[in-house]
Amino acid sequence: MSNTRPIIQAEQLTKVFGNFTAVNRISFEVSPGEIFGFLGANGAGKTTAMRMLTGLLSPSAGKATVAGFDIYKQTEKIKRHIGYMSQKFSLYDDLSIRENFRFYGGIYGLSTSMIRKQTDDMLEKMGLTSEKNTLLKALPLGWKQKLAFAIAMIHRPEIIFLDEPTGGVDPVTRRQFWDLITETAYQGTTIFVTTHYMDEAEYCHRISMMVDGKIKALDSPKSLKKQFDAGSMDEVFLKLARG
Amino acid sequence: MNTYIQIEQISKSYQGARALREVRLEVQEGELFGLIGPDGAGKTSLIRILATLLLPDSGTARMGQKDVVRDYLQIRKRLGYMPGKFSLYQDLTVRENLELFATLFGTTIRENYGLIKDIYVQLEPFNKRLAGKLSGGMKQKLALCCALIHRPEVMLLDEPTTGVDPVSRKEFWQMLKGLQKEGITLLVSTPYMDEAKLCQRVALIQSGQILQTDSPEGITRQFPARLYAVNGKDNYQLLQDLRAYPYASSVFSFGEDIHYTDEREEDIALQLNEYLRAKGHTDHQVNPIVPSIEDCFMELMKQSD
Repeated sequence: MSNTRPIIQAEQLTKVFGNFTAVNRISFEVSPGEIFGFLGANGAGKTTAMRMLTGLLSPSAGKATVAGFDIYKQTEKIKRHIGYMSQKFSLYDDLSIRENFRFYGGIYGLSTSMIRKQTDDMLEKMGLTSEKNTLLKALPLGWKQKLAFAIAMIHRPEIIFLDEPTGGVDPVTRRQFWDLITETAYQGTTIFVTTHYMDEAEYCHRISMMVDGKIKALDSPKSLKKQFDAGSMDEVFLKLARG
Repeated sequence: MNTYIQIEQISKSYQGARALREVRLEVQEGELFGLIGPDGAGKTSLIRILATLLLPDSGTARMGQKDVVRDYLQIRKRLGYMPGKFSLYQDLTVRENLELFATLFGTTIRENYGLIKDIYVQLEPFNKRLAGKLSGGMKQKLALCCALIHRPEVMLLDEPTTGVDPVSRKEFWQMLKGLQKEGITLLVSTPYMDEAKLCQRVALIQSGQILQTDSPEGITRQFPARLYAVNGKDNYQLLQDLRAYPYASSVFSFGEDIHYTDEREEDIALQLNEYLRAKGHTDHQVNPIVPSIEDCFMELMKQSD
């Protein structure tokens, strides 16, 4: 990982709303294939930072590139090279699994044959081939979440942003989901993930902790626990967020 | 101690999809009771039936000796309900929302100020702000104040901590503990298994069925197997190797550890150690541990499948 170019590079990135600084000069780098945990309390500025990195919000100051593209000038290119999934990311309940793949594949401009190939590959991997004509609304929640992940990957992005992907998901499915994340990272896709489950923070290669718009700590879970003399990431979080 | 909430064989379906299956549950007066389960387990349906907002298909439920169907008007006067979705008036100010709820229940803010004081002081600087313009944490505190302003006997809180960061979650539970001291019966639903330990008793719910009801300690005591925490340098490889072990019963990642149960009943720490060494692991550890609620929940899910 050390001699490859970072896939995300942020330098003094800042966003000001009126007289409120939501993101305050944050700098960090993410390497290809890394699982990067982006943590912080509600209102710490995570969503604003993520919206800038995904090309949805223009920064007030600072620089950043995502997948090699500039977040001021090349936002459309960024959107083509990233995947995005949130807890609320909604597939269409009244479309079948296959139709959802076709719809999102179409939005990303994939060819019909490419969409078919990706759909078949992914459904086979998830053991859902026999369900491809089932309407989304008939599926258990855990399956929907895994499908949402697969569909966010349909255009084979170099990096995928996951915004609380496991909120409310049952404990078994939550772990299967992280197996999927780990495997995806292993194959070279970069994972940028937020979560409120502190045990999941342990599965990340590195963690950044945002407090009041700033990155207060950035390191591997192991080093962070050492640095803050804490037994778990939960304790690290409490120590940092409570100041 | 008296039973305050009594649920008998409640079932509810939505267009053929069964949301609740013959649920039985009792909550004691003055208890802080947790309803714990993932999305889609039936938590909201059960709470809405108790809140007299949804009719069950069959079964009965009583709150404070009143039937939720027949006596709904009496129940509503004694009930504080905080829905999962923020549902105060976004275009009224903080103060106006609170005054509205006080007036609707025929009381005043002054009369019950003592009950909400500790929570409300944090909101007071924003008295004139529109509720829609508050941050998530502040909205939640306002919703709690509005649900409390008529000094209810019982509070039903539907996932008050979902999507809330760990620090704010801890603070919210402290507020609930404070309300319990005031003698209010509290039924709180949550998808976060670690919050179970903050309740006196909990019911674990999945696919419309109660898997188990007990104190958190009572539930973890009934875990049917020896549980081991395994960790090492390469947890990903450890996980693969543990899953491939012929005696493995369950293997799950738990933060920096992997939780493992074996099909054999005796203590197998040594055998497991040896197996892993043979697989090329060197600095791994195998330690017997006490199960958490999440371990128990997953075990119960497996049994009910």
